[in-house]
Amino acid sequence: MLDDFLVRANLAGIGVAFAAAPLGCFVVWRRMAYFGDATAHAAILGVALSLAFSLSIFIGTVIVALLMAFTVSLLSDRGYAMDTLLGVLAHSTLAFGLVAVSFLSGIRIDLMAYLFGDILAVSRSDLGVIWIGAGLVVALVAWRWTALLTSTLNEDLAHAGGIDPKREKIVLTCALAITVAVSIKVVGVLLIAAMLIIPAAAARVFSKTPERMVLVAGAIGTLSVLVGLRVAYIIDTPAGPSIVCVAALAFLLSSVTKGLSTKE
Amino acid sequence: MTLVQIDNLSLKYSKRMVLSNVSFEVSSGEIVTIVGPNGSGKTSLLRAIIGALKPSRGRVLLKSDIRFGYVPQKLHIDETLPITVSRFLRLPRNVNGSAIDAALLQAGLPDLAKVQMSHLSGGQFQRVLLARALIDKPDILLLDEATQGLDQRGSASFYKQIEKVRQETGCAVLMISHELHVVMSASDRVICLNGHVCCEGTPAVVASAPEYRALFGADTGGALALYQHHHDHSHDDDHERQYQSETKH
Repeated sequence: MLDDFLVRANLAGIGVAFAAAPLGCFVVWRRMAYFGDATAHAAILGVALSLAFSLSIFIGTVIVALLMAFTVSLLSDRGYAMDTLLGVLAHSTLAFGLVAVSFLSGIRIDLMAYLFGDILAVSRSDLGVIWIGAGLVVALVAWRWTALLTSTLNEDLAHAGGIDPKREKIVLTCALAITVAVSIKVVGVLLIAAMLIIPAAAARVFSKTPERMVLVAGAIGTLSVLVGLRVAYIIDTPAGPSIVCVAALAFLLSSVTKGLSTKE
Repeated sequence: MTLVQIDNLSLKYSKRMVLSNVSFEVSSGEIVTIVGPNGSGKTSLLRAIIGALKPSRGRVLLKSDIRFGYVPQKLHIDETLPITVSRFLRLPRNVNGSAIDAALLQAGLPDLAKVQMSHLSGGQFQRVLLARALIDKPDILLLDEATQGLDQRGSASFYKQIEKVRQETGCAVLMISHELHVVMSASDRVICLNGHVCCEGTPAVVASAPEYRALFGADTGGALALYQHHHDHSHDDDHERQYQSETKH
């Protein structure tokens, strides 16, 4: 079954959708959308470094994404405006990454594959990395769920309940770095934030509790992968962007639903 | 039993000294109220107790495994986060359904379990916050202007409920309040705070402090002037002016 590249592509996409669902919800609730974007952009620098030092792409991107995330946390605690900071760091790491890649003259790399993903070229071992990474993220978030949720609601409520919100932020940051690293092959660094945010945002309308929102986001993400790949296959469009387009349509649909239900 | 002991606590907030050399303790079953003008460090003091702010000097000693019931001054729940009242009551510790029903009944909101937190009125929201703080059987309730947004009747029943909880469970209460007529009748002890502890004692003792009278002179009439009280230090004028400007709001 895994011999079929389309089956592998679908499974890879679903793996990413599973990791992105709980994490995407936190990104939306905590208004970290730009933060996710910045971490993803930094990953291209990770790709360059991995190739230069012959590391696995996964390890390289996780390290750089983590470094990026902690730099942002550190600097924002020192009073820099968050949006400016992320604007500077996201695009400068992307630029440095692209420049660094150009130095790797000995290695021929397909830059487009890292920017927009290459889901149809997912190998068996890629699939293994994606599912282990996704499993790790889901397990991490499930384990810390109540603490994460309380910290997200209000940091003082968390403190009073014996939860350290700083520690929970680190948990989220690590989960984000892993998600970015496993998503590169599927949607590429430029569209990772879309996979995080769009299914979660679309799920909001259909949810009354945080848990429900995560499940609905997972369902919408999975559906986007299945439909997006199918469409890409039939009308021959790029696979990663097609998945994001379907997710965006789902969001549009949910917005219309919301509009109709508030009119009643 | 001493639940919270504060020893020479000093706090800095972005390089500004918010609290200096604050010491007091709260024992189980006590109702202690903190009064003071805006910016006097009341909220910072509560946040230092729960561990959200690190003291720059001194320390906060807590009973081991202390359980806080904390009601913050403001709680904004982001529009993007869907959460029902009953789900909110199960944070951060899970409790069973009957405990939730009982808590909502006690708060006078029996029909609201499935309602979104964002759809509650200000008063309902405040009562849900208190219900959540109480649901986990706290050793001490920390209330930061918890009756904000409640009308007089709501606020009266709020304090009645707190008194009842204290009698039933023996939990201590440390609260910040501006409603001094309530403070007077409901507290065992009052701490008057303005960056430091100005005065501390039974409501009668604190009520006779000059700066305190400046704040409540108008509606307490001459009654409080009967109490005798000696300060251990003198105050400059601007201290009083702060109080007066606050009463004009």
